[in-house]
Amino acid sequence: MSAVEYEPVIGLEIHVQLWTQTKMFCGCALSFGEPPNTRTCPVCLGLPGTLPRANAQAIHFGLMIGLALGSDLAPRSIFHRKNYFYPDLPKGYQISQYDEPLCTGGRLGDVRIHRVHLEEDAAKLVHAGTSGRIHGSDASVVDFNRGGTPLAEIVTEPDVRSAAQAREWLTLLRTTLRQLGVSDVNMEEGSLRCDANISIRPVGTARLGTKTELKNMNSFRHLERGVNAEIARQEALLRAGEEVVQETLHYDPVTDRITSLRSKEEAHDYRYFPEPDLVPVAISSEMLAAAQREMPELPAAREQRLQALGVSAASARQLAWRTELGDYFEAALACDGAEAQPLANWVCNELVARVGEEDPATSNVSPEAMAKLVGLVAAKAVTVNNAKLVLDRLVADGGDPGSIVEAEGLGSMAGGDDELEPLVAAALEANADAAAKIRAGNMKAIGAIIGHVMRETKGRADGAEVTRIVRSKLDV
Amino acid sequence: MATTDLTALSAAQAVEAIGRGDLDPTELFEAYRQAATQEDLNAYLWVAQDAPEPPAAGAPLAGVPLAVKDLFCTEGVPSQAGSKILEGYRPPYTASVVARLAAAGAPLLGKTNQDEFAMGSSNENSAFGPVLNPWDRTRVPGGSSGGSAAAVAAGCAPWALGTDTGGSIRQPAALCGIVGLKPTYGTVSRYGMIAFASSLDQAGPLTRDVTDAALLLRHMVGYDERDSTSVSFPPGEVVLPSAESLAGIRLGVPEELTGTGSEQGVGIEPGVLASFRATLELAEQLGATIETCHLPHAPHALSAYYVLAPAEASSNLARYDGVRYGLRVQDDGLLGMYTKTRSQGFGKEVKRRIMLGAYSLSSGYYDAYYGRAQRVRTKIAEDFRAAFERFDFVVTPTSPSVAFELGAKTGDPLSMYFNDYCTVPMSLAGIPAISIPNGLSEGLPTGFQLAGPAFSENRILDAAHALEQAIGFDARPGRTA
Amino acid sequence: MIDREQVLHVARLARLELTEEEVGQMSEELSNVLDHIEKIGELDLEGVPPTTHVIEVSNALRADVVEPSLPRDVALANAPAVADGGFLVPSPQAE
Ligand SMILES: [Mg+2]
Ligand SMILES: [Zn+2]
Repeated sequence: MSAVEYEPVIGLEIHVQLWTQTKMFCGCALSFGEPPNTRTCPVCLGLPGTLPRANAQAIHFGLMIGLALGSDLAPRSIFHRKNYFYPDLPKGYQISQYDEPLCTGGRLGDVRIHRVHLEEDAAKLVHAGTSGRIHGSDASVVDFNRGGTPLAEIVTEPDVRSAAQAREWLTLLRTTLRQLGVSDVNMEEGSLRCDANISIRPVGTARLGTKTELKNMNSFRHLERGVNAEIARQEALLRAGEEVVQETLHYDPVTDRITSLRSKEEAHDYRYFPEPDLVPVAISSEMLAAAQREMPELPAAREQRLQALGVSAASARQLAWRTELGDYFEAALACDGAEAQPLANWVCNELVARVGEEDPATSNVSPEAMAKLVGLVAAKAVTVNNAKLVLDRLVADGGDPGSIVEAEGLGSMAGGDDELEPLVAAALEANADAAAKIRAGNMKAIGAIIGHVMRETKGRADGAEVTRIVRSKLDV
Repeated sequence: MATTDLTALSAAQAVEAIGRGDLDPTELFEAYRQAATQEDLNAYLWVAQDAPEPPAAGAPLAGVPLAVKDLFCTEGVPSQAGSKILEGYRPPYTASVVARLAAAGAPLLGKTNQDEFAMGSSNENSAFGPVLNPWDRTRVPGGSSGGSAAAVAAGCAPWALGTDTGGSIRQPAALCGIVGLKPTYGTVSRYGMIAFASSLDQAGPLTRDVTDAALLLRHMVGYDERDSTSVSFPPGEVVLPSAESLAGIRLGVPEELTGTGSEQGVGIEPGVLASFRATLELAEQLGATIETCHLPHAPHALSAYYVLAPAEASSNLARYDGVRYGLRVQDDGLLGMYTKTRSQGFGKEVKRRIMLGAYSLSSGYYDAYYGRAQRVRTKIAEDFRAAFERFDFVVTPTSPSVAFELGAKTGDPLSMYFNDYCTVPMSLAGIPAISIPNGLSEGLPTGFQLAGPAFSENRILDAAHALEQAIGFDARPGRTA
Repeated sequence: MIDREQVLHVARLARLELTEEEVGQMSEELSNVLDHIEKIGELDLEGVPPTTHVIEVSNALRADVVEPSLPRDVALANAPAVADGGFLVPSPQAE
């Protein structure tokens, strides 16, 4: 009997800090590491008698996100109060959207969007260390600088099927949000936060398993590792005949361990009700037009446009999802030195292999140089292998590919058979065994011939040319 | 002028006297400051130490001082909402309406006692002790703006600010024999008013006569960008009333609220009802037509109110957690600190309403309570709209009873809630309503309530003025104790 | 009707601590009030929209313009306990 195969079903909940000037419901400037409690006012401290006022720019950004994700924008949406006690929540409730959010539905890549809503961020709770203990117990210090920062919460449908897909999709979302200019989307700094709802089910079944909510994955790597760890945990439970319990879990990236966040009963009952201090948001045609006007080209559209230019599907996706890569590619393409597809190949494969996650625009390889190098390859002025050596040199020291080829004597042998044919003839003579095999139809043996010619020419010969001459000489 | 002469002037008269140069605003402030310091009704929780700088020449309120309910935030001045949990709390900012009135020339005289977080109809729920009714010190002044009402009635303030959520201006005004007006929801900014029930709370004037109410309201209304629910007053300005006749005015007397033949058992006291009928006769003599009308859902208003207001309150009062301000009762852990702080900081009635509100919002009960109450609210607003198609105003007794004895109802929350029977429907509908004194029953004042459509304050004030002239009520308490 | 268990549950939600006596009293008083309130259950409210705001206003949005924040000593002035420039509280983790 073969073991049951399990399939993960994953939905993501992403909180994005919006890049407004001021907080969601008050005029305090957003905080970027200022000393604690220097960005607060009566409203965001939740002082008695204060009232929230919604930030128009946050609504505007919310609409842009909705447009980018192809969501339905609610002509009328309202805020609710989500009631619970915690020291980082000054009013005893979070103002959020509940059953009438700003955006519903939509899709990004291969994942459907459930909804997008706006809310306010909580404050920061820092362990007090030695400076403060209360009655001998541990104490914390609350810093309200972050409290009230506008957040967009993006909730996906459970369309993700692996940790790697979750990571890849989140990259696309980050690129999209960055392109929109609505957030600086930095996971390490907390302006992009991702929770995952995870369940597993036997492959081929439709019924969803019990899901858990995994929190605190504060980098793309942690997201992938955390989700994998939780999938493994659930699978182990089911295989041992135990059950998955619906709960909120915390991923510890240091130990790679998953712990339950709420060990105590703490039945959650948020007692949502419409926020009486705020009035409905009614999207006017002006508001909609303003959001549409500011929509940049998004990765999905860029992917299509690049494909139309002749770039392969895989490269187009890579260039579109990594904005800086796409920008670099388009700058190089504009230099008129190279065709789209070979250029895309060189950028996505060879260049990325050498500069890694770094923005190529900040590397030593200028877009002009990249375009020129690809142009030299296309003109057969340099072989692919030697072009790679030129690229190594460009990455290390910069410069002009033409000059490097000349200085290093890496240029391809002049075209035509005059120079190459005697060399091939000599190689066939020196490798009679290989020549016989080729004649007998074993084309693999041609490697020995090419190798010989390359040694003789220090790599300046074109392998394809050599092959052509061999074929014509041996009549195969 | 002697001190008592100074405080005998109505606020509008004082404004006029100052304008003529017959009265020094600093002297007036000092006279009231002394009266407020010496009062023995427990109406004030804090009184200004010094008279402020006289207002700029031409300031419309001329420096006539103002008593302000404790729950309005006043910068650097205790603002405790009558609660132990905010004992000694001094906010870093001032409520919009208080700032607006100060700018118009009405400086802060003192902060007045109230039911804790405005929850109550007798002022017995104050953490700082009950307020006594100047007409009879064994009786309550009504609530929750009991301190403001008592201070004005006793001549310890020319006028005062109160707040009305389900009757908290109108009912104490009625029980203390003064005028109280609850404006249309949204016309007066709520910014800086410590919240009880956000969708119902509304600030309004408590004054000796209708003219003063109009004058104070004139400088209260107006859009405030700090309050999202705020609206500008559509007629533009509150006009000082001058009408002496009610010719052509149609008054509707809702059967459901006046108890005639109602099986709901409104329980309006005979003396209050007699006083109400006498005023209706007077209105007829002034030219009004009077007819019975119907507000079919009004009998359910109290139920809806006691779902909605506590629900909002349970959330509004969650911020009192001992973290940022107010009382903290230290305990071992966070949960202990929360529960001890809140259990010791809140009074009994506040805890009762927090419990009621949290219950009605809790999982599984929302639809049956909160959701239904919001729908009842819709029906009540519709009832009024229908009534105002046939009538200019709806009139009722303000309170089913005159001032009752201290302690008479504290043991029975439900009977206390019935004090709001006639005032709550207007609160739910968000419409303006005034209470004017219309006589005595067994030596105690009764109140006559006049309610109109949203933003009809000017017409309400005019009609109330005409009635006031005809009633000729003597606002000086005949002190019996 | 609201029984003992429900009273305790709601008290927990509202972070209130009730004595044994208060629990009984609360259960009785709230039950009385709820008995009265439950009469709204008899009304036919089919299709009636709920009212959250009695005076209809929408948007009331604030321009995204920075206003001055409070000086930190003012923000902390009313705090019952302060450390490291912040509001000192018992640690939630210690729960
Ligand atoms: Mg959220
Ligand atoms: Zn702020």
